[in-house]
Amino acid sequence: MDKLSSKQFFAAAIVTLLLGLAWIGVSAQLPGTAANSGIPAPQAGFQAPDFTLPTQDGTEIALSDLEGQAVLVNVWASWCSPCRQEMPAMERIYQEYQAEGFVILAVNAANQDNRADAVAFIEEYGFSFPILYDVDGYVSEQYQVRALPSSFFILPDGSIQEVVIGGPMAEALLQTRVETLLEEVN
Amino acid sequence: MLPFLNLFGVAIAFPPLVLILGIWLGANLSEKHAAKHGISGDQIFNLIFTGLAAYIVGGRLSYAAQHPSAFSDNLLSIFSRNFGLFDPLGGFVIGLIAIVIYGQRKKLAAWQTLDAITPALAVVLLALPLANLASGEAFGAVSELPWAIELWGATRHPVQLYEALAAGLILWQIWPGRIQKGETAGLEFLRLLSYSAFARLLFEGFRGSSVAVSSLNLRVAQLAAWLTLAGALWLYHSRKTRPEVKNGKS
Repeated sequence: MDKLSSKQFFAAAIVTLLLGLAWIGVSAQLPGTAANSGIPAPQAGFQAPDFTLPTQDGTEIALSDLEGQAVLVNVWASWCSPCRQEMPAMERIYQEYQAEGFVILAVNAANQDNRADAVAFIEEYGFSFPILYDVDGYVSEQYQVRALPSSFFILPDGSIQEVVIGGPMAEALLQTRVETLLEEVN
Repeated sequence: MLPFLNLFGVAIAFPPLVLILGIWLGANLSEKHAAKHGISGDQIFNLIFTGLAAYIVGGRLSYAAQHPSAFSDNLLSIFSRNFGLFDPLGGFVIGLIAIVIYGQRKKLAAWQTLDAITPALAVVLLALPLANLASGEAFGAVSELPWAIELWGATRHPVQLYEALAAGLILWQIWPGRIQKGETAGLEFLRLLSYSAFARLLFEGFRGSSVAVSSLNLRVAQLAAWLTLAGALWLYHSRKTRPEVKNGKS
């Protein structure tokens, strides 16, 4: 830039800007954006990978059955302190918004948890949202869970709106995210 | 992807660490070379961290102001460690205001100050794509090129690597040791702005997660980068041809 004369600089700038405009037009046509790819992946903008898991009483719940509703998939374990801290806030938010079409699927990472401890924790707080047991770690694998808790906010069309890794999630965070999800339901 | 480091059984988020390291290294580099611009290293360090603190506090307060009902029942949520309770744009505006106020109170000349913080900005612009590479965010479009990487269920352009390589080249180009003595103030910053805008304009085209203008399918970041590039080139040319204040003089 420094070695160019004023005229050369001006000409180079015009050519660069014109090529830039052309590139904006050309690259707008490139395929493969997250929004239209339809690929299931645990990342914002992608379809949430589907799963079917049992509850404590053996009832099976599939994520795909909840299409049209706002869903929070929360992967947790009873030994995980942030998980234990955020779940009471999740219960309060669930009570407040479930009538508007909000569902929580609390997926216990059962392959790395003790079932008795998990059940004792659930009974202590009396959670009313579905607790699912990921016995073989399928959901943890599909959602590439590397830390607990991991939370996936899913829009009514089945796409992931946001991923929150770690915790505990503040009630304010839960409330704002759920209200955003429910705007898509209503 | 390396979203977490497992140290002694504790999972530590790696991308924020990369960013924090980038800010720290950048601030130190700017501090070390600030004297070339007639500004003390302490002033630059304080300026950067005043802006950073205002960005963090302002971003949280701006978010709370936009969602008062979420905080009304639990005011302590304002101090939550959740990154999600944050408004980046609000934080940026408040951080910028804090920097301007600090600069005016310390009587720092604008163009020299911008030149002095240029190395810090360049290092942060290098840390950002590396953090994105670690987290898997800001990923590339689907590609079958030999150097495509497997990410999010497809082989994709390693766009974070493209951006990191470009940022590395830009950092080398504007490295403080290369600055010409007596150069017009502001040119160093405008070079960084031009190069970075050009890189964004180029590599955004390979992104798979761009926000687009829905009717035309044009990428918003490319349009913003083009306008930034045009403005930076115009300013560079006008300052280069009408030199007023040299670096090293306030």
